[in-house]
Amino acid sequence: MTGAAELTGLSLQAASAALRDGTASSRQLTEACLARIAATDGRVGAFLAVTGPQALAAADASDRRRAAGGALGPLDGIPLAVKDLFLTRGVPTTAGSRILEGFIPPYDATAVARLQGAGAVLLGKLNLDEFAMGSSNEHSAYRPCRNPWDLARTPGGSSGGSAAALAARQCFGTLGTDTGGSIRLPASFCGVVGLKPTYGRVSRYGVIAFASSLDQPGPLGRTTWDVAALLSAIAGPDPHDLTCAARPAGDYLAALEGGARGLRIGVPREWFGAGLEPEVEARVREALATYQRLGATLVEISLPHSRYGIAAYYLIATAEASANLARYDGVRFGRRAPGVSGLKELYAESREQGFGAEPKRRIMLGTYALSAGYYDAYYLRAQKVRTLIRRDFDAAFERCDVVAGPVAPGPAFKLGEKTGDPLQMYLADIFTITCNLAALPGLSVPCGLAGGLPVGLQLVGRPFDEATLLCAARALERELGPAPAPAALEVAP
Amino acid sequence: MALTLDEVRRVAALARLKLSAEEEQLFAGQLSAILDHVRELEALDVSGVPPMTHALAEGEAVALRPDTLVPGLTPEEALANAPAREGTCFKVPRIIE
Repeated sequence: MTGAAELTGLSLQAASAALRDGTASSRQLTEACLARIAATDGRVGAFLAVTGPQALAAADASDRRRAAGGALGPLDGIPLAVKDLFLTRGVPTTAGSRILEGFIPPYDATAVARLQGAGAVLLGKLNLDEFAMGSSNEHSAYRPCRNPWDLARTPGGSSGGSAAALAARQCFGTLGTDTGGSIRLPASFCGVVGLKPTYGRVSRYGVIAFASSLDQPGPLGRTTWDVAALLSAIAGPDPHDLTCAARPAGDYLAALEGGARGLRIGVPREWFGAGLEPEVEARVREALATYQRLGATLVEISLPHSRYGIAAYYLIATAEASANLARYDGVRFGRRAPGVSGLKELYAESREQGFGAEPKRRIMLGTYALSAGYYDAYYLRAQKVRTLIRRDFDAAFERCDVVAGPVAPGPAFKLGEKTGDPLQMYLADIFTITCNLAALPGLSVPCGLAGGLPVGLQLVGRPFDEATLLCAARALERELGPAPAPAALEVAP
Repeated sequence: MALTLDEVRRVAALARLKLSAEEEQLFAGQLSAILDHVRELEALDVSGVPPMTHALAEGEAVALRPDTLVPGLTPEEALANAPAREGTCFKVPRIIE
């Protein structure tokens, strides 16, 4: 029998092979993950809730299925976890907010239901910034999440728990959501692979809404194979989400080993300017040189409207958030302020008590941007700039197959470093945000270390061309070898 | 561009938020700084540019399904998270005197 520490260190692909070969059972994998969570999560803070008994029951059911010859596929029996923004039937879902404390969803998000339908074992719900609003996970109303590479640093956000849990070897794959970089930034900071699919590739049904025209659920894993397997399970049309694309999902594992020969990689000059830390730039340039060695060609491109991305994003995302968060009014679910008379007072008091500072700040900004007299100057103008940003990419993709650059200007920053200045926090998303505005798929794959901390390479692709992104990321991963495991957690606290 | 406290209160009222005096002060400063930053959009000529009103390209959306009955939440499921209820209704403070 394999030791528990060896089991939790496996990739999803290797864990799946162990199940298939009979060298490990789902119960063994699940017990090993639960033990690892118990041993490390007091320091990491990746989980908001661990559903041990349900996980073990699902593991036993998977083992029985396999023994009877009815295993469902590569995810059957694999312990996974999802961001606490996905609704899970019968399991409390908070969105990282006090306003949803104690909320128990009556249905599952489509992505969660599909993982369960594929036989996966869900270990619990992962930490996040409140309503996915943040770049460091520090806006969680419950507990901070720390980076397993350096516990004084943030894991990135908003899907901080989704990336930290993988780096800490607590599970084999996770789901996050990405509205402005919330999968790719934490993946980069924690040294794992994270994919934000094309808008509409994965159903948003049952994913608590932040900014509906930008939100997109997606997978994170320790390898590109793991991410491809997860995407294959969750992608595809969903009659419950009218903004989910009708085109069928691809087989993202089939084309994974295609290599990088002949690939045309666009390198936007605007992504390598001032503010990019030299060591991060060095790792990204080395990755690009590796691609050249593998037979890809580099094409210099321009995305001239990139610099307006943050401004357009913080008008559009906050405007949509102010509308989406209007539903938290203390009437049908969530926190209700006690002892209040009058309906308007009930709304205002419940919201004042339930929301943290960041949702309030964004609701205020979005309400302002949509209010009479300001709509044209702010929201409508931002929507036009969004068109210009999309056109930049459309023009670039006439000359290249993927766009490559850094995920973030620097590696993981320290807790508390940016919390006093919201604008500085927003600027952490400067390279990831245009991909959401243009509704394109984007991925972060580890490309080395800077100052001992992981650096991610960002790849952005054509609409619905996740297969090319994963194939390109796989080619780099094969050259660099498996991403190392962080050592910080192995030192006694 | 400095947001006045009166404007902060007007927006908070629209958003059904009851801010503390400290929050009003804090947000006046922070929102002013963010609005200053987003004003860089004014430098762009967007005349003749259509707004991007849909993230999903035309032709990608799912077709409408047939209008047939499908199971939904039961009243008990829908009311299970209600802070206050009476029978099969959500209960709120009196709104008509």
